[in-house]
Amino acid sequence: MTQADDSMQAGTAADGTVPAIELKGISKAFGPVQANKDISIRVMPGTIHGIIGENGAGKSTLMSILYGFYKADAGEIWINGKQVQIPDSQAAIAAGIGMVFQHFKLVENFTVLENVVLGAEDSALLMPSLSRARRELKQLAEEYELNVEPDAKIEDIGVGMQQRVEILKALYRGADILILDEPTGVLTPAEADHLFRILEGLKAQGKTIILITHKLREIMDITDTVSVMRRGEMTATVKTAETNPTELAELMVGRKVLLQVEKDVAKPGARVLEVKDLHVTDDKGVERVKGVSFDVRAGEIVGIAGVAGNGQSELLEVLGGYEKARGTILVNGEPIDLTGAKSDGRSRRRRGIAHVPEDRQREGLIMDFAAWENVAFGYHDDPKYNRGILTDNAAIRADTEAKMKRFDVRPPNPALPAKSFSGGNQQKIVVAREIERNPDLLLVGQPTRGVDIGAIEFIHQQIVALRDEGKAVLLVSVELDEIMSLSDRIVVMFDGRIMGERLPSETDARELGLLMAGITDTDRPHDAAEVEAQLARAGGSAAKEV
Amino acid sequence: MQKMPAWAEVILVPLISLILAAFISALVILAIGENPWEALKLMVQGALGSTYGWGYTLYYATNFVFTGLAVAIAIHARLFNIGGEGQAMLGGVGVALVCLYMPWPHWTLALVAASLGAALAGAAWAAIPAFLQAKRGSHIVITTIMFNFIAAALLNYLLVGPMKPTGSMEPATTTFQPGTHLPTFQEMFSFGDQVLFRGTPANVSFFVAIAACVALWALIWRTRLGYEIRAFGHSEPAAKYAGINPTRIIMITMLISGGLAGMMAINNVMGEAERLVLNATEGAGFIGIAVALMGRSHPFGVFLAAILFGFLYQGGAELAFWTTIPRELIVVIQALVILFTGALDQMVRGPLERVFFAMRRPPKPDPRKVRTEATE
Amino acid sequence: MDLLTILQILDSTIRLATPLLLACLAGLFSERAGIFDIGLEGKMLAAAFLSGAIAFVTGSVWLGLLAGIAGSLALSGIHGLASITFRGNQLISGVAINFLASGLTVVVAQSWFGQGGRTPQLAGAARFEPIIWPGALTNIREMQQAGPLQQIYSELISGHTIVVYIALLIVPLTWWVLFRTRFGLRLRAVGENPAAVDTAGISVVGLRYAAVGICGVLTGIAGAYLATALQAGFTREMTAGRGYIALAALIFAKWRPWYALMATMLFGFLQALALRPDIIERTLSFRVQVQLLDALPYILTVIILAGFVGKAIPPRAGGEPYVKER
Repeated sequence: MTQADDSMQAGTAADGTVPAIELKGISKAFGPVQANKDISIRVMPGTIHGIIGENGAGKSTLMSILYGFYKADAGEIWINGKQVQIPDSQAAIAAGIGMVFQHFKLVENFTVLENVVLGAEDSALLMPSLSRARRELKQLAEEYELNVEPDAKIEDIGVGMQQRVEILKALYRGADILILDEPTGVLTPAEADHLFRILEGLKAQGKTIILITHKLREIMDITDTVSVMRRGEMTATVKTAETNPTELAELMVGRKVLLQVEKDVAKPGARVLEVKDLHVTDDKGVERVKGVSFDVRAGEIVGIAGVAGNGQSELLEVLGGYEKARGTILVNGEPIDLTGAKSDGRSRRRRGIAHVPEDRQREGLIMDFAAWENVAFGYHDDPKYNRGILTDNAAIRADTEAKMKRFDVRPPNPALPAKSFSGGNQQKIVVAREIERNPDLLLVGQPTRGVDIGAIEFIHQQIVALRDEGKAVLLVSVELDEIMSLSDRIVVMFDGRIMGERLPSETDARELGLLMAGITDTDRPHDAAEVEAQLARAGGSAAKEV
Repeated sequence: MQKMPAWAEVILVPLISLILAAFISALVILAIGENPWEALKLMVQGALGSTYGWGYTLYYATNFVFTGLAVAIAIHARLFNIGGEGQAMLGGVGVALVCLYMPWPHWTLALVAASLGAALAGAAWAAIPAFLQAKRGSHIVITTIMFNFIAAALLNYLLVGPMKPTGSMEPATTTFQPGTHLPTFQEMFSFGDQVLFRGTPANVSFFVAIAACVALWALIWRTRLGYEIRAFGHSEPAAKYAGINPTRIIMITMLISGGLAGMMAINNVMGEAERLVLNATEGAGFIGIAVALMGRSHPFGVFLAAILFGFLYQGGAELAFWTTIPRELIVVIQALVILFTGALDQMVRGPLERVFFAMRRPPKPDPRKVRTEATE
Repeated sequence: MDLLTILQILDSTIRLATPLLLACLAGLFSERAGIFDIGLEGKMLAAAFLSGAIAFVTGSVWLGLLAGIAGSLALSGIHGLASITFRGNQLISGVAINFLASGLTVVVAQSWFGQGGRTPQLAGAARFEPIIWPGALTNIREMQQAGPLQQIYSELISGHTIVVYIALLIVPLTWWVLFRTRFGLRLRAVGENPAAVDTAGISVVGLRYAAVGICGVLTGIAGAYLATALQAGFTREMTAGRGYIALAALIFAKWRPWYALMATMLFGFLQALALRPDIIERTLSFRVQVQLLDALPYILTVIILAGFVGKAIPPRAGGEPYVKER
């Protein structure tokens, strides 16, 4: 592979321009964990620079240092050829840096205008600042396609617009350098395209943009240069035009990865799960699942694809028993309770449904409980874990030890609290607990989120093995690659509805992406305005989730 | 990552908090012109130097065990029950109803019935805030505070109205039925001429309190219900995932909590006063907060903390008797204990964690073992 | 019932509502910035004692007021330290502060004055005196004879201490600060989403301390009012749950300044009625238990909290210490 050209090693580029940002030898440790190790990077003005790496590679930490959220243990920051100290966000803003965080930092019940003005007011009185901001917003909207409604409250607008508000906040503060942390995680592919058009526009105006992502496609689509991070270290910086996804993937994970899961052809049997006309309404009265019907057979993996917030989570929660719903769900031909006393996780488990939840730290585990207590979690009324009215802690510990051995959980110590395991090992504990119940139906949500590559392979193998034993698996993931490689059948959800069903062998990412944006072949709109309208709705439906 | 060994967590942190509280209290005593060392000696002598002192210390401690356990069990479900005072007041009403209007052949039967009455009344008073928290999301801290005031008004009404004997001017009930008299320590432990615990209010309900500690320990760490309460307290979304019903846990926990606070009445109302008076609880419901925080919500810790506060209360009374230091000094100490063990916990813990971290830091961290998942 | 009797009740309503209003607005600043404060009671009590004590010693009510504010601010400082700097539990800190004040006031009062935990009676310049407006009547007989407008003017509008008028002026001031100034915008933001404030380059800690400080000043005035205006000197536990009633009023008012005025006036009215059971009996022709009137603010608050009459939604970041997240 080509190292970035020599000019990038020197202080200035070939044409004599100084880098917009230069980091020299940045290191940062959190306790014993070295999050950033001697990182140097150089970004030229008017370019889009991508930083790619797995979850936990240290990308966000690095950018948080640049934005004054953390103080680096060592290293220097140079902006436009001058060394600067960035002890807090105020200093970062003063240095012309703006940041769009993965989780937006907006005040929900403030208007767009108030959010933009917050912290950048002109004077002690509010009114003059607000009217100036209104004028400037209009101007920025025209310049960069950054359309927002100044008087709408944040809680009432979609994620797409919320993200534009974040970009406007940065520009209003005069940012020349814009950092975006995983900006497309909550966007539909088309919304992401809109974002990229905005970024191209900003670049054309001479702004410097840093794009943090773990998605190779985005890097290839939009960046000029790309840096790869692995385990806190910067492994390479290359020109995007001179590399390819496979090479980047190798740099990211440090070895060849098999993007395809090896598995035999599925031999689907009887229907284990039948969902008929399912509706779910959330506490705010918003209908999140709007009449969904599908089935999962024994011995197959059905994957549900979709952008986060389009009803998949609610679907899993209903199946898992902790969300009420209308409609019919049959398990092995028998209906399950969707509203009454038996619509809880306990009753579901008795019906042979096991569940690896989407968020293991929030739902799947009690982070302060010991591993052995977590292995009993949800199954704590199992007779083999109890003696009379008392719990049989010794039996649970022994069972935990056995499970840890079989699933290669490290360190194999049942007494350690869940929070002291790495993400991958935490997930192995959850997967072990659920799979070893030998369920008829396994629900799996985001099985590999925040999990290292080795554990991903292991977990995928376990899921496939369960399928091969003739069990039904329902997989929900926002990672399209995971859905495509693991599923035997793919169902795409958009705005609470099923947009279509495809076989992995007969579809591709492009088609699925369109479905995920709510665009089907039959109703493909013909003019651009209608596409925009569809995209706006897509953003709106995803908004509440974030 | 485990920051401190468990023993430091459960022993060192509360101990340092206590020392800080004692130190500041000593400054207060100095400031009002008394000698802290003499004051401490007086307190120890008065509270622990004789069976008389112990008789009071253990009497107070019994109250605090009940109210401390009440706060502790609620903390396990991440509920902050400030309503112990009101629940204990209602417990008094429960005891009074049992002991006033029914004849009892033997105190053992009366104790069982009074305990039930007290627990039921206390639990009933906790039930409404619990229900509002579980079903309507009303903040239980605020509602339990409000219920303390409502309880005070209710008790006031009962004692100047329906429960006051006709002709009496005092806001109190008549003395309970003779069959409800609980054996005092003096009656239980004096042999022949050797009179121990003379005239002190400590009584058999102290042993009920100990039994409550053991029972609660088993409940929290050895039963499914306790497991569910703790799981719910750590993470509500996780509890829902596991099929643990939040409403059920909030209700049950608060009923147990209110019941325990109410059961305090078998000690102060049935065991000591033998009638219901207006200010029977004397703030013991609030001391339960300090006791639970100090005892790290563990029944054994609660027991020790309750003894400590019993000592402070009896010692404080002695101090007020022999010096110019008013009894309210104890309220100051109580406040400081709550402050240091509850609110300024991090101030004590932070430096301690750094000390332990420095002590166990390996000389050269192996980069290959570094886990990076935790960093993003 | 004649107009003058009604006016008398309304007059004492204002008098009794003033400390509630000040404490309620104090809580409003604190909670709008995301710091729960159940220590209003303790801060008021400390301020009441210090103002009473210093006013007595110096003979100046203004010095007393300053001392009261200083005492209240000191407790605010502890609350800030616990809940902002050390990110402790705000509720527990508030409980501790209430006990600290409850104990310390008596211990120190006993040590200074030896009168069983109270200060000596205040008189003359050591107290806030009522301000008689020009043309207002003071003689009760003249007042009975006067027309209704004159009665309203003399009984209701004239004749309060300066603190009452100040408290009433603080209501529009609070509204203006919260909704028309940069500080107000930031204050509200930090109570809703501190991360937004932090990433905008503003100090969360600074804002929250400022809010807690304002809270201290206002509770200080409230406490001083109790000892130097409403009554003539400090008595033990003289706040008598007013801090909690103010808290209740704050919920009742849904954290808004004008509503706070209405809520505290309502609760003040209930307190005024409780002082005159004869009037209720005459009007309703049956006896209402005083205890019921005492309990009514709390019962009303529980009903409001239960969400049966309009849901009270507190500031979203309330009660949670701010920890930077990546």
